[in-house]
Amino acid sequence: MTAYIIRRLLATLPVMAVVALFVFFLLRLAPGDPAAIIAGEDATSEAIAAVRAKLGLDRPVAEQFVVWLWSLLQGDMGVSIFSNLPVTRLIGQRLEPTVALTLSTLFVAVALAVPIGVVAAWKARKLVDRLVMGFAVLGFAMPGFVLAYVLIYFFAVQWQLLPVQGYQPMSAGLWPFAERLILPSVALGVTYMALIARITRASMLEVLQQDYIRTANAKGLATDRVLLLHALKNASVPIITVIGIGIALLISGVVITETVFNIPGLGRLTVDAVLKRDYPIVQGLILVFAAAKVLVNLIIDISYAFLDPRIRY
Amino acid sequence: MAVLADDLALSPRRFSLLTAARRNPTIAVGGVLLAALIIMAIFAPLIATSDPFKIMPVNRLRPPSERWWFGTDQFGRDVFSRTVYGARVSLIVGLSVALISSVLGLALGLACGYFRRIDGIVMRIMDGLMAIPSILLAIALITLTRPGLGIVIVAIIIPEVPRIVRVVRAVVLSIRSQPYIESAIAGGTRNAKLLLRHVLPNTLAPLIVQSTYVCASAMLIEAGLSFLGAGVPPEVPSWGNIIAQGRTFFQIAPWTILIPGAFLAVTVLAVNLLGDGLRDRLDPRLARRL
Repeated sequence: MTAYIIRRLLATLPVMAVVALFVFFLLRLAPGDPAAIIAGEDATSEAIAAVRAKLGLDRPVAEQFVVWLWSLLQGDMGVSIFSNLPVTRLIGQRLEPTVALTLSTLFVAVALAVPIGVVAAWKARKLVDRLVMGFAVLGFAMPGFVLAYVLIYFFAVQWQLLPVQGYQPMSAGLWPFAERLILPSVALGVTYMALIARITRASMLEVLQQDYIRTANAKGLATDRVLLLHALKNASVPIITVIGIGIALLISGVVITETVFNIPGLGRLTVDAVLKRDYPIVQGLILVFAAAKVLVNLIIDISYAFLDPRIRY
Repeated sequence: MAVLADDLALSPRRFSLLTAARRNPTIAVGGVLLAALIIMAIFAPLIATSDPFKIMPVNRLRPPSERWWFGTDQFGRDVFSRTVYGARVSLIVGLSVALISSVLGLALGLACGYFRRIDGIVMRIMDGLMAIPSILLAIALITLTRPGLGIVIVAIIIPEVPRIVRVVRAVVLSIRSQPYIESAIAGGTRNAKLLLRHVLPNTLAPLIVQSTYVCASAMLIEAGLSFLGAGVPPEVPSWGNIIAQGRTFFQIAPWTILIPGAFLAVTVLAVNLLGDGLRDRLDPRLARRL
């Protein structure tokens, strides 16, 4: 087990190395003169030279790379071009809302989608199943930000049940914190829910055909016991995989959802940085988001070993 | 009796669109919707009821009516005409990303699956690219260049290629060990011919299915990028831009967001239905798993 975990841990190193090389060379190999584009439309040549010096682009590439990598390994992601604040600090300040939104979406999506998928598999080819599959197909096509506006229109504007937008930290109280996360979580989570419901159904259908399920039913076990203890546990490996893969969807969607709902998290930081062409911030965000994704994949790989003792590689 | 026999003999050859549609309802529905949208995009100048760029402050924020089918935005521009033109951007981005990343992904996937020496390094690069959320990767590229349709397409292709490479490579790896490939090698077939004649055809079905999903995802990413202000230039009427510009007045003029949003959702739905239908038709093994 320890050997397996260590091997998985080591396997994340080349992935992160490629990500780091990518953000480094993207700035150096981008077509045109990135420094001129970052400096803006009507920048003077001094301003462009200043941006170039700030990004270290005026030195030889090999030297740039060593300096850049050395500071990155020490946790230094450079400073913002506009505010001159360290990127790590800017990211740290915006971390909480994004983590709160991601976790609440994860919770809402898994809590709704897994039971829906189980019921659909149990009632396969009945009306419930067709409704669930229909929802799954629609969920895949629904752009999160469009759904977000539909939800705002009904729940916040027409019926005035929930706030239109904004964010309150948990320290402001549980309900003010939670009520502002409900609509964003549903909007962000719809594709994710569709994905989880579909895989849960497929995986459950496969398991429900196994002989031991027939045995469990034949010996008169209650349906819920068979479905949950016997079937769902054995159907869980693909479901967990998809929950993990889907976190990538969430991370991409966070940027847009935070913009719609005016949540001051990493997504908003990204958008502000893009509009100001503040590359050091964009670069830092890519590294953080990619690291989060790699970490989630690692957790999933390790969780397989616990869920399915046959997996040992 | 003879008539019946005649009918039976003829039936497989008598191809009727209606029968085909009944057998594959998903392909039919997706195909018809998509065809309608493509026609709308091509004939946008004829369908639009006014100039999509014309600013008329007198007519600002008019609700949908007989004159303004989908209402007007805060500059008095006709939302119907802008939405019709917006189909062009979505379809151009979706189709060109699907096409180009399929070609690139196919070439890389064949190479990785067949020439094992380059496999390790190329797949590590693909893993790295896949670790970056696609919208962020596109955003990073766009931060460093001037906005335009071309750069949006390139920015979406880069994160989509690895998805195609993985699918193609997996097929090639499973084909490689088949006896007929071994016998072709033993018979002295050259690599190029072997790849094109024996390996490539097997990858086409999964490739086509995957490229429809890439097309749908590209359209969603494009709309998202435009919505964030990092996509096509703001004056271009793309669905993402129309929605982004409607944000400020959403509470009094929800049509500026909900209508182009519905068009985007239906377009993505059409492409996904086509993809699901093709998957069931071309790749029954995969279909059973999902």
